[in-house]
Amino acid sequence: MLLLPALVPVLVFSVGPLVYGILLAFTDARSGRNAETSFVGLENFAELLSDGDFWESFRIGMIWGLSVTVLQFLASLGLALLLNQDLRLRGVARVLAVVPWAMPPVVVGLMWRLVYHPDAGLLNGLFGSDVDWLHDFSLALPAVIVVGVWTGMPQTTVVLLAGLQSVPRELYEAVSVDGAGAWRRFWNVTLPQLRPVVVAITSLDFVWNINQFSLVYVLTQGGPGGRTRLPMLFAYEEGFRYGFFGYAATLGVAITIVVLAVLGLYLWRQAREGD
Amino acid sequence: MTRALKYLALLGYLVFLAFPLLWLLSTALKTPQEMAALDPTWIPRRPTLANFADAFAEQDLVGAGLRSLVVAVATALITVALALPAAYALARFRGVAGKIAIGWVLVSQVFPVVLIIIPLFMVLRRMELVNTLAGLTVVHVTFVMPFALWMLRGYVRAVPRELEEAAAVDGAGRLRALAAVVAPLLAPGVVATLLFSFISSWNEFMFALVILKDPGVETLPLTLVRFVGPEGVARLGPLAAASLLATVPSLVFFATIQRRLRSGLMAGAVKG
Repeated sequence: MLLLPALVPVLVFSVGPLVYGILLAFTDARSGRNAETSFVGLENFAELLSDGDFWESFRIGMIWGLSVTVLQFLASLGLALLLNQDLRLRGVARVLAVVPWAMPPVVVGLMWRLVYHPDAGLLNGLFGSDVDWLHDFSLALPAVIVVGVWTGMPQTTVVLLAGLQSVPRELYEAVSVDGAGAWRRFWNVTLPQLRPVVVAITSLDFVWNINQFSLVYVLTQGGPGGRTRLPMLFAYEEGFRYGFFGYAATLGVAITIVVLAVLGLYLWRQAREGD
Repeated sequence: MTRALKYLALLGYLVFLAFPLLWLLSTALKTPQEMAALDPTWIPRRPTLANFADAFAEQDLVGAGLRSLVVAVATALITVALALPAAYALARFRGVAGKIAIGWVLVSQVFPVVLIIIPLFMVLRRMELVNTLAGLTVVHVTFVMPFALWMLRGYVRAVPRELEEAAAVDGAGRLRALAAVVAPLLAPGVVATLLFSFISSWNEFMFALVILKDPGVETLPLTLVRFVGPEGVARLGPLAAASLLATVPSLVFFATIQRRLRSGLMAGAVKG
């Protein structure tokens, strides 16, 4: 009886829309007001598999998702290790490290457009180059990945730092007695202790990154020539520019399946190695 | 690693984190002439506030800001009002249904937002709520709800059950125990969840892009993107100025809740 208030919001605001969304993936729903919707079974999925644009977007999404997650993790781990030590400037760094978190993604996107701007931008000024970073076919994706790392570092750093601080001191003392150096301390004590936190945050980061939309929409709108068209931008175009609701939902389902597969494999391997 | 190397690394991080922010600030204070100059300058030679005035003149920033505020406040209040009883029940009554519900909340985070926005858009259209702030609020509540539930459940679990039981032994009814014992302890968590919901809504862009088509109802993130013209020919100065202003509320709120948000996240995560 008392569980009722708990289940109603979950059902209405979470289960309902998602189940409806998944069902739409098996229909030919269109955005037209009076468009008839009928059940088409797996037709959308068959179309998706033979859609070159989808595979290109999917490939870009995987490159983006994996590289941002890995770079974010490495950069954040380094920063968290530094912040966990008794260094000057630590206070400044801690404040700076959460600022990107507090910024609206749209502002982050606009800000980096200023940095990358071919004429008034900072980068070309610094390097004396004349590059249109966000419109260059081979540079656009790396440029966008850098922004992804920048914007996602705070969460990861904060979580890793909290993890570092919960490693029991006695463990370090024990290996110090053994005469272990800093590197071996890190490798034999810190990393194993941090493992659950690392697995949790990298999994979350991967999910967040693969579903990223606003940042890249503001930076490039998926351009140039689709070189930064992440799956969510592709789905947005299909759904809300061309009005293929059913097909866009299919895309959503396909991405979910891939994400679950990648996560499943990752978590399974981590669990096995953890034993 | 020696100390010097550590400082060098820390400095590298500081530069990487800070330079886009400083560049934004610098651009906001520059004249168009100085921006067009070949050698970019960090510190504007003739700092000006004209860009801020231009930003307000070019786009309806005040109106957009107020609309964002209305949606964000409504989202925060509705989300917490609905999620608080739910979170309490999920934390205290551990049946199979509760376990499934909280498991779902976690799993639902994996689904991309397209799967939420398309069905919601269709429902909103049937209810004539597309292009309205009410419609966007409904979408934002849906979007924030799972995480708000997760956060609040963590805070409720952090309140020892024994305290409630002790109050009950003293003859207080369940509701009085809740009001007198649990509520004060839960207040910081509720505030953190309110602020989290507020910021999520204030910053949100994709749903607004889909739901609000009419310039007269746009929220702040949509208006900001308007500074980038259709051909990508941006009015850089006003764009930078408006971006800075739009960040202020999030920064202020974040500064207040940063610590709490962190402990709340950890409470939820570790005890999950």
